[in-house]
Amino acid sequence: MSLLAKASAAHLAQLMGPLDSPAFDWLRTPETGGVMVRGRMGGAGAPFNLGEITVTRCALTLRAGGAVGHAYVQGRDKTHAQQAALVDALMQTDAAATIRTTVLEPLQKAAKDRNDSRARKAAATKVDFFTMVRGED
Amino acid sequence: MYVAVKGGERAIDNAHAWLAEERRGDLGVAEMSLEQIREQLSLAVNRVMAEGSLYDADLAALAIKQSRGDLIEAIFLIRAYRTTLPRFGASLPVETEEMACDRRISATFKDLPGGQILGPTFDYTHRLLDFKLAAEGQGGAAAEAPASGAPLPHVTEFLNKEGLIQQEVASDETPPDLTREPLEFPANRPLRLQSLTRGDEGFVLSMAYSTQRGYARNHAFVGELRIGRCAVEMEVPELGFAVEIGEIELTECETVNQFQGSKTEPAQFTRGYGLVFGQAERKAISMALVDRALRWEELGEDNVGSPAQDEEFVLSHADNIQATGFLEHIKLPHYVDFQSELELVRKLRAEATEAMSEAAE
Repeated sequence: MSLLAKASAAHLAQLMGPLDSPAFDWLRTPETGGVMVRGRMGGAGAPFNLGEITVTRCALTLRAGGAVGHAYVQGRDKTHAQQAALVDALMQTDAAATIRTTVLEPLQKAAKDRNDSRARKAAATKVDFFTMVRGED
Repeated sequence: MYVAVKGGERAIDNAHAWLAEERRGDLGVAEMSLEQIREQLSLAVNRVMAEGSLYDADLAALAIKQSRGDLIEAIFLIRAYRTTLPRFGASLPVETEEMACDRRISATFKDLPGGQILGPTFDYTHRLLDFKLAAEGQGGAAAEAPASGAPLPHVTEFLNKEGLIQQEVASDETPPDLTREPLEFPANRPLRLQSLTRGDEGFVLSMAYSTQRGYARNHAFVGELRIGRCAVEMEVPELGFAVEIGEIELTECETVNQFQGSKTEPAQFTRGYGLVFGQAERKAISMALVDRALRWEELGEDNVGSPAQDEEFVLSHADNIQATGFLEHIKLPHYVDFQSELELVRKLRAEATEAMSEAAE
């Protein structure tokens, strides 16, 4: 679910495109709201309220088999939430292996590439200190 | 006394139509897309998200476009939108220790584990206008180096081990929320931090600067400044466990402050804390300095009467939407108010003249 929540909606839609969309019924239609993000004072102490993020959630059930899928995704994209919930539901069916290789693994790779690229750029800005020889002895 | 006055509808409609035309500017110049604002004016977007208290870069970009780049107006739009959102709940506290850092520096320890990582900073630039940017020649890819993946522990932990710095006591107490209950005094530290993180950057900066100039000086060092991305986790009731529901960029600043000891505390370093949405290091450092100044009472320090020590003063004036709302309302019609003032002044003058002429007789 975390992978689906943070994925780009466009990428998820592109990966889901070729798959047959299964028939489903809404348990809760997509709804956008806010979640209050908390931090901790000093990074370790008591919590405080930092500000909200937009989140879209929904829940559905597959007509075939009745698997229930939930989604909480960042942002306001209702299609994103719907597709994330479909993936969540399909992961509980026989289609799990297919979904894993055609949707989840590519999303995971995209997330890893994005993070690795930033980490490499950050590493290039790491300071190498050197001490000037003062020639005192 | 309020008197209903009608009229002005046509003038208002026309003013708004002209505003829309002015917003678009010269039609010969390409219109800006929200993606362009989000990607190329990202620090303005960050500021609108932080002070609007809503992390959504696309909405912030829209607000900046709609407000013609007036960031306080944009923040106002975001705050207004925010109030329309149903609240799904609160996240678990973000783990800044786990942050994927773009930048992480310490002004107190040169050789800290994980090293000094500069990130995409304006520091060390010459602050000379770059005319190459004007001539469209923007390019250049960032250099890359193998990433070690080594953990980046918080600097204050090293001082913690020796007991040289005041400890933060972890708790799971539900913090007060000033978007739900009105601000009341005395405020506790969680409420002060919430108010500061959404406070006006200019105001918080000035308050912090005043402490550096000697009004409640507390000798701050930037123990650590880090910018990067953190996962946001929330307990989802229908699942019964916590899942990641998103990822946000944060700037965190921990100051290490000199402290001589007081009536109640031994000599040790104390801490100020800043945590802000987006890449906002000026704001995060300012927040940490003001947080530290406001902690005088719990640390047993003297109140020297400085503005930055006065939580009622700081918190009541940090919010630029409250401030601008009250300030700007005085330009709206006050015809009746003013009429009564006018009557009063005329009456006082007439009485004074009368009294003078009586005295002369």
